[in-house]
Amino acid sequence: MIKQILELHSFRGWFFTFGLLFAAIFLLPVLNIFISEESFFHIPDYMFPLLGKYLCYAIVALAVDLIWGYTGILSLGHGVFFSIGGYAMGMYLMRSIGTEGVYKSELPDFMVFLDWKELPWYWYGFDYFSFTLLVIFLLPGLFAFTFGYFAFRSRIKGVYFAIITQAMTYALMLLFFRNNTGFGGNNGLTDFKRILGYSLQDSSTKMGLFVITVLVLFLSYVLSRYIVKSKLGRVLTAIRDVENRVMFSGYNTLNYKLFIWTVSAFLCGLAGALYVPQVGIINPSEMQPANSIEMAIWVAVGGRGTLVGAILGAGLVNVAKSWFTVAAPDYWLYFLGFLFIVVTLFLPKGFIGIFDRFIPKNSNRDVTND
Amino acid sequence: MTSEDNQTNESSVDTRHGCILYVENVTVSFDGFKALNDLNLYIDDGELRCIIGPNGAGKTTMMDVITGKTRPDEGTVFFGQSMDLTQMTEYEIAHAGIGRKFQKPTVFKNHSVYENLELALHADKGIWTSLLKRLNADQKIMIEGALETIGLVEQKNIRAGLLAHGQTQWLEIGMLLVQDPRLLLIDEPVAGMTHQETEQTAELLSSLAGKHSVVVVEHEMDFIRSIANRVTVLHEGRVLAEGSMEDVQNDPKVVEVYLGS
Repeated sequence: MIKQILELHSFRGWFFTFGLLFAAIFLLPVLNIFISEESFFHIPDYMFPLLGKYLCYAIVALAVDLIWGYTGILSLGHGVFFSIGGYAMGMYLMRSIGTEGVYKSELPDFMVFLDWKELPWYWYGFDYFSFTLLVIFLLPGLFAFTFGYFAFRSRIKGVYFAIITQAMTYALMLLFFRNNTGFGGNNGLTDFKRILGYSLQDSSTKMGLFVITVLVLFLSYVLSRYIVKSKLGRVLTAIRDVENRVMFSGYNTLNYKLFIWTVSAFLCGLAGALYVPQVGIINPSEMQPANSIEMAIWVAVGGRGTLVGAILGAGLVNVAKSWFTVAAPDYWLYFLGFLFIVVTLFLPKGFIGIFDRFIPKNSNRDVTND
Repeated sequence: MTSEDNQTNESSVDTRHGCILYVENVTVSFDGFKALNDLNLYIDDGELRCIIGPNGAGKTTMMDVITGKTRPDEGTVFFGQSMDLTQMTEYEIAHAGIGRKFQKPTVFKNHSVYENLELALHADKGIWTSLLKRLNADQKIMIEGALETIGLVEQKNIRAGLLAHGQTQWLEIGMLLVQDPRLLLIDEPVAGMTHQETEQTAELLSSLAGKHSVVVVEHEMDFIRSIANRVTVLHEGRVLAEGSMEDVQNDPKVVEVYLGS
């Protein structure tokens, strides 16, 4: 098993991966703590939640790449799994506020505002971090499994599948917008104070959350890489290319699709759960159809079916978004559309494809079976 | 996601009566057009059978019915004595030991030749095995053997999409070989092949009979003459004639259909 994991990369590949990992979890905190604020190399506190947010998006991009880039199933509803993870974490953070809310009540503020007298049953358990963690780990996958089972069993494919995932995310968004649903309506969950007793305002907490996000991204990457380098990964790309042939070779493609769909949703849920404490809010707009479409664009921009490309794409697009929404907020969507068209026309393999051109063919195509 | 459906069912193909495939009274209609009309066909265990017939005779539909792609409106299809193929899914049928080569060669173009064979290889095809296990020594030997049989040893690390047409056909046959089915259904194996490739293919298919039962659909008469001992002629969804190539060629009904068309 360990040998198989080590074989996932060449020496050079691991060297880069661990180099980045080291830089993120040691170098950045050191530059924050030990370098004086005037210095050019100082990393200010606010950078950690910002970078953490990008890394959460990178995990989402990995998840989308697994299902779309490798298996050829375009999902435009991954915002749902992200939100399920996010809301679960948000509910825990709401319960952690205790009586320090505006209304000094045991109940979350929005419930007091709605004149609710007691906690709805589905909020039980979110006082405990362990229970919350369990929900984060299980619920997005479980939801995806159920949805996927019916969709894949009915052999819904291609654009039809993409459309029903859009419908799914839209329907859930509408549901969560309602005050009566019990998740804070259109305001969502916010005003969090602390996580596991640590204040969310402390720079050490921010740094801790950032480091955890880096580690989760790293593990997600290794897991994804393990999957796509295994025979299962080759079956997935075969399903993408000619599903019929895979069936006539004796594979139950339903199980394969369901497996990767569930794994993808699981990773997305983790990303959502890490996103919420760092960004400080979760609301139904995360389930806007456009948000899920954007996730697919990250992967397309970075390069489908490469994993690294997905991470790169999530970073590039979101840094651009952060800059644009400050400099020229009205033009962001135009730019995104423009970027998508340019990439589709001129960079069919995404930005990662540019590197491929400069690296000799034999070194990036690792044939795994000798 | 259980592993029970990944078990090999091959041993349970009951061929005690010498027959491996029973297609009985099968009718398939598309919008009123009867692609198969009360078709009866029996394939012996280990036999090499050729099926010919004019366009629209129902040859491909017959293959679709056997492999589970199309469900018959009427009739039964049994693999051995006990396995009712009309109740099984495509992958279950494949797993039970029926391999199919398509008219249009379909290989996995983005995978290397070696990986194509690995994917087709007869093995546990459940997700957990695929995720966790690597090829064992026996399986590697089997793949290497198939590479030699189909003459693609040197091309094994090449993307299958880059192969020449004839090589692609051979790769697909190789994929069927490593799948190790009891019954092979082969749709137009020599379409687009050079004369020499056609001869080699004929040799290969003849060598397969005995160990496997082989059903070949083909138009190329010379090719059929060179491999077949028994020929079935399909016409308008039913069997028109059956027998040796010579008998069939002299059958007045067959002559009429072929000359008439």
